[in-house]
Amino acid sequence: MAPMTIELQPGFADKVLSAQSTFRTVMEAMARPGQVMVVGDEVGGPSSMMPGVAAIALTLLDQETPLWLDEAFLRAPDVGAWLKFHTGAPIVGRSDAASFALIAEPATLPDLASFALGTPEYPDRSTTLILQVPSLTAGQTFHLRGPGIDGMTALTASLAPADLFARLSINEALFPRGLDVILVDGRSLVAIPRTTRLASSGV
Amino acid sequence: MNAPTYNFAYLDEQTKRMIRRAILKAIAIPGYQVPFASREMPMPYGWGTGGVQVTAAILGPKDVLKVIDQGSDDTTNAISIRKFFAKTAGVETTTSTDAATVIQTRHRIPEAPLRAGQVLVYQVPIPEPLRFLEPRETETRRMHALAEYGLMHVKLYEDIARFGHIATSYAYPVKVNARYVMDPSPTPKFDNPKMDNCPALQLFGAGREKRIYAIPPYTSVVSLDFEDHPFTRYKFDAPCALCGAEDSYLDEIVTDNKGSRMFVCSDTDYCEGRQAAGHRGTESVAPHKEAAHG
Repeated sequence: MAPMTIELQPGFADKVLSAQSTFRTVMEAMARPGQVMVVGDEVGGPSSMMPGVAAIALTLLDQETPLWLDEAFLRAPDVGAWLKFHTGAPIVGRSDAASFALIAEPATLPDLASFALGTPEYPDRSTTLILQVPSLTAGQTFHLRGPGIDGMTALTASLAPADLFARLSINEALFPRGLDVILVDGRSLVAIPRTTRLASSGV
Repeated sequence: MNAPTYNFAYLDEQTKRMIRRAILKAIAIPGYQVPFASREMPMPYGWGTGGVQVTAAILGPKDVLKVIDQGSDDTTNAISIRKFFAKTAGVETTTSTDAATVIQTRHRIPEAPLRAGQVLVYQVPIPEPLRFLEPRETETRRMHALAEYGLMHVKLYEDIARFGHIATSYAYPVKVNARYVMDPSPTPKFDNPKMDNCPALQLFGAGREKRIYAIPPYTSVVSLDFEDHPFTRYKFDAPCALCGAEDSYLDEIVTDNKGSRMFVCSDTDYCEGRQAAGHRGTESVAPHKEAAHG
């Protein structure tokens, strides 16, 4: 029987400059939580992976970053092979050992406390969650505040899980430990670092 | 023989990814020092290897780079770093604060207000504000974890007990986002208020000490002080001798061997901009006293 072959999708057309411009987009997003940023570079990737997620993976992942994938990404035949070929990141089964977690179906996101939250001495040793969400243009409006936000900002998005911000309230109790989240819809992305709070929570 | 060629902006891609991941964590935890695997750079420690690595990791072909050393665009350190990136990344360089998208700085914050979208990269010699009070890294880590900063207040109090005022005039400790006490690098405390609620992103790189930290835009940065000894800016009681500015940080320049001196803006771009706009100072060499507080 002939071995089954999967044709791998390409990554960036220009590895160096596309990684740089994608990083600047992600850095701006992290520095300005709640603001929608757009990845402009041409990027290939598996069909189940949004181009924004593929661009972030190619920009930030390598052999030093243990990676956790949710069930949907694990089931997709080409995702693991594509990530392995283009980034070399080891895919791990334990979510609390991962530097990054890619989540295709955030509705089934496991308990956030199951990811690495960092330690009091090294709060940076935490998992960065990258979530494919339904929309970053339409849906519910969230008012956010925190470092990087001039007063208050509004994010209109259709989120999955729907109670994401409620679940992220663990960041408030745990700070400086906590989880940093990047929401992706197609080529658009929004970062919610652990310092961002819902303005309505009144704290 | 072929001339040696380098990757874009000198660093290899794997190093850039490692630094980029550290920068993202630094932004997410304002004021917290993220360890990173600092590389050897083609310049000695103390010449800005931390700042250069941060700049190399963020710089792109569309950026316009400005480099200042103590406010000046035309000192050896500033010129060689600017040339380094002009050569290895082919980026446009400038001396104008307004035209720059990335500004690498040693020990000053430009006088002209920074705007959203700009990135200020600081060169940091000793990132740990508690280091001279507690030499053990394990202990300073724990003190940061517990937000136990009493020792820093004791140090400032001892200043008051000894000199009658807080005598720390540079590397003046700040508290970022009401959580982490941070060393703003050896900038004069005159510059501290500019860090508070700044629209630009501020990144700090310490090459020898292998730490990166950050202040996101619009973040509270408070200089530590006491109710009865509030933080004051270093203040000069004379204007710049060249441009007449009364709101800038001044350098003392000795003009002969008889003790004559003049005080001029440390920020050369600001001073030249004002002179071009028609502002004039005394341009005299009249000596005057500076007041530490007022």
